This record gives sequence, structure tokens and C-alpha cells, in this order.
Amino acid sequence: MGAFDSFSAFLAMGDHGVYVWSAYAVGAAVIAFNVITPRLHRQRLISDHKRRMRREQR
Amino acid sequence: MWQAFVRWFHKWSSPKWFYTMSQPWSFWLGWAATLIIASALVWGLMFAPVERLQGNSYRIIFIHVPSAFLSQAIYAAIAVLGLVGLVWKMKLAFFVAKQCIPVGASMALLALVTGAIWGKPTWGTWWEWDARLTSMLVLLLLYFGLWALHNAMERPESGDRAAAILALVGVVNLPIIKFSVEWWNTLHQPATLKFTEAPPMHPSMLIPFLMAIVGFYLASMAWVLMRTRLEILQRERKSRWVEDELNRFAEGQ
Amino acid sequence: MTFLPLLKSVFRREMQLAYRRRSDLANPLLFFLIVVVLFPLGVTPDMTKLADMAPGVLWVGALLANLLSLDLLFRSDYEDGSLEQMLLASLPPTSLVLCKVWVHWLVTGLPLTIMAPLLSIMLGLPGNALPLLMLTLALGTLSLSLIGSIGAALTVGLQKGGLLLTLLIMPLFVPVIIFGTGAVQAQVAGLPWQAHLAMLAAMTTGSLALSPLLTVAALRIAVGD
Repeated sequence: MGAFDSFSAFLAMGDHGVYVWSAYAVGAAVIAFNVITPRLHRQRLISDHKRRMRREQR
Repeated sequence: MWQAFVRWFHKWSSPKWFYTMSQPWSFWLGWAATLIIASALVWGLMFAPVERLQGNSYRIIFIHVPSAFLSQAIYAAIAVLGLVGLVWKMKLAFFVAKQCIPVGASMALLALVTGAIWGKPTWGTWWEWDARLTSMLVLLLLYFGLWALHNAMERPESGDRAAAILALVGVVNLPIIKFSVEWWNTLHQPATLKFTEAPPMHPSMLIPFLMAIVGFYLASMAWVLMRTRLEILQRERKSRWVEDELNRFAEGQ
Repeated sequence: MTFLPLLKSVFRREMQLAYRRRSDLANPLLFFLIVVVLFPLGVTPDMTKLADMAPGVLWVGALLANLLSLDLLFRSDYEDGSLEQMLLASLPPTSLVLCKVWVHWLVTGLPLTIMAPLLSIMLGLPGNALPLLMLTLALGTLSLSLIGSIGAALTVGLQKGGLLLTLLIMPLFVPVIIFGTGAVQAQVAGLPWQAHLAMLAAMTTGSLALSPLLTVAALRIAVGD
């Protein structure tokens, strides 16, 4: 497996596994934030729009 | 030639045109970014050789440096867009500038956190008042200030202009802050903690590294485009075409 | 009226207003005193350790005191509408802003500078560093007032502008505090301090040139709404 002998060596990262994987976890979280917040924003826009439509119909 | 350019510029400065045209752009940019980042990270994590001095902890570089680059590039973009908005009274520039803020702030945060994590095995401490960490912290605070200013203003239009002024002040100050922090740092800190001059990167490290930078650039563009499109919908919700668009969304849901 | 008499009357008005709000003016000074007193209580009463920290503590105290008073810089003028009149007056608005900032420095920065020697004795700062401390504080607080005026202008229209002002402006104060304390610390340590002082002076002149323009632009936003 590339630079590593085994999968467990890949996970261990030569004693630095905690650091490397926690850094990448934060990276994943930031990417998730950037992907998810626009979706939530879009949903809020739509529900706001629906509420406005309902109010206008009345 | 010039006139064609001006016409093109005006076209893109119309929120409706931007909204329609940017849709495929954010889609393709997003997919290209996903592909490039994924292959860069797999390459960087699995196949790039171990670094001689730092061992495997150097693999943090593949997200640390791109996010640090992006956080600064996005701040510069916010300042330029703010200037464009103030000078040519272009709404769209303000919209883009506003939606750059969360993306840039998240990049600054990522750079800071990964820098701190990297610091632990390399320097033996999570936090060091290192010049680059400190100026990144200041940059993050500038981002928070911009976002807070947007949220504090009752009228979004005045928030736009106020934030543009603040971004300009910040961009003038950033080099001074960087310089001052470096100066202060050399006085206060023993040089033993400094990285030794980085050896020229081996291509098997350099290629995934460059790919990660390109990927982060593309991803940030895609995110900013996506956010800007929503900002347009929100700010222009009184206009006819936005109403149609929202109706279409509501039906599709 | 021509330029100078008009400016003089603005200056006189500002001083008069400041005099009428004397109790408000004492607050930053008391704040400075209290912050400086808190440090020995919170950290250590050991005079040698305090002496090491003294330049930083005095500078941080002065910076916070200055920040505290900035919120009031344009507020009353904004609320009673005179700010709008001033921006429309024949006087260039930048000169008016400069005049207001100058008065702000006279009633906060200058008293803080004069108060600093007293507090520096309480922190055990070596006496030979005093002149430089006062010089850096005098220059630095002027620069803080100038940079801070941009933030004060940006937040003038907001009900709760004070905390936001702190968030906006604090990062921009970083170089000022670094060069200000750096000069004093270098002198205490027997190192050359001239470069720090020169940088601080450059910051002050730079902000003198640039900040009024941005402050005026920010005030126009606040008044325009």
C-alpha cells in the first residue's frame, strides 16, 4: 500500500496517527460545513417562501 | 474590444444573469474540486513517501497549506470586491463578498487548527506564538468582525458598504500586522523552534501538494458561487423571476 | 466663513462638549487605573516580575481604556442630528473628523499618557524608561484614536455598537501595541529601541493620512440610512 507496509501501519502513521487523523477530521468537518450550510440556507429560503405564499393567499 | 468587455462586465453584474450562468459553473467546479482533492489526499496520505525529519506528521501539509493560502486569497478577494462594489455601486460584488466571508473564515479556522495539531509533534506544543499562527489568528478575528458587522446592520445594503470599508482597512493592515508579528516574534522567541529550511520537495510530495492547492481553490469558488446564488434569491426575493424560481423549488421539494 | 475660523469654532464646540461630559471623561482613566491594579492582584505582587510586565500591562490598559471611550466619539452628534449637518457643511468632512479625533486624543490619550508614570511606579518600571513610555503612549494613543474612529463611525448607527466596535477594531490595534511595548521593553533591556519608535511614528502618520477618509465614508453610510 504505497508508502506503508500494511493498513494498520497506514492508520498508525508512524506514531503520528492521532495528529494526522485529527487534522484530517477537522478538514472533513470544514468541508461538511461548507457543503451543508448552503443546503440549510436553501431550505430556509423555500420554507420562508411557502409561508409567504400561504399568507398572501389568505 | 473595450466595449465588448464593458458589455460582458455589465451582463455579469446583473444578479439574474449571474444566477442563471453560474449554475453550471458551480456544478462543474464542485465536481472537479471533489475529484482533484480526493486524488490529492489519497496520494498524499497513502503514496507520498515519509518525510525525513518530521515523519508522517508532515502529511498535514496537504490540508494545512491550501487552507492557509485560501484564507488569505479570499480576504484579498473580499477587499477587491468591496472596492468594486463601492466604486461602481455594483450589488452583485457585495453579494459575492459577503458570501466569501464564511468560506474564508472556515479556511482560516482550518489552517489554525491543523497548524496547532501539526505543532504538537513538531514543536512539542499545541500553541506557539509563532508569527504565522498569530497572524492567522488575527485574520480569523478580522473575518469574524466582517460577519458580525453584516449581521448587526438592519439594512443589508448598509451592511454591505460598511463591511467593504472594514475589509479595505483590514487589507491595508494585514501586511503591517504580518510584519509586526514577525518582528515581535523574532524578539520573543528562541529560534530553536523555527522549522529548519524546508528541503526542496520531492515530486512525489510536490504533485499531490499542488493538486490539493488547486482543489481547494476550485472548491472555494464552487462554495462561494453556491452561496452567492442563495444570497441573490434572498436579497432579490421581491422580484418576479426570483418568485418563479422559488415556486419551482417549492414544487420540486 | 473661511476654513480656519470654522475649524476653530468646531474645535471650541468639541472642547466645550467634552467639558460638559467631564464624568464620562474620567471613566477611561479610572478604568486604566483599575486594570493596572488588577494585574498585581491577579498575577503576582513580586516587583521584579511586575517590572518585566509593566510596559505590556500599561499598554494593554491604555489600549482598553481608549477603546472604551471610542464608542462615544460620534454617538451624541449622530443622535441629535448634528453629524448630518457637519457632513453637509462647507468644511471638508475629513478635517472635521480629524478635529474630533484630535479632541478625543486630548481628553483621553493625553490624560492616559500623563497618568502612566504614576502607575508605572506602582508596577516597578525602571525610572529611565519613563520618558520613552510616555512618548510611545502619546504617539500610540493618537494612532489608536485615529484607527478606532473608523470603527466608531461604522458602528455609530447601531444600538449596541460597543462590543461590536471592540471586535472590529481590536485586530487592527495589533501592530500599535507590538511596537509600543516593544520600544519600552527594548529600552528596559538595554537594546536599541529607536526602530520600534520609528515604526510606531510611521503607523501614526500613516493612520493620520488614511483613516479620516475611511471614517468619512463610514459616517456617510450611517447618516445615509
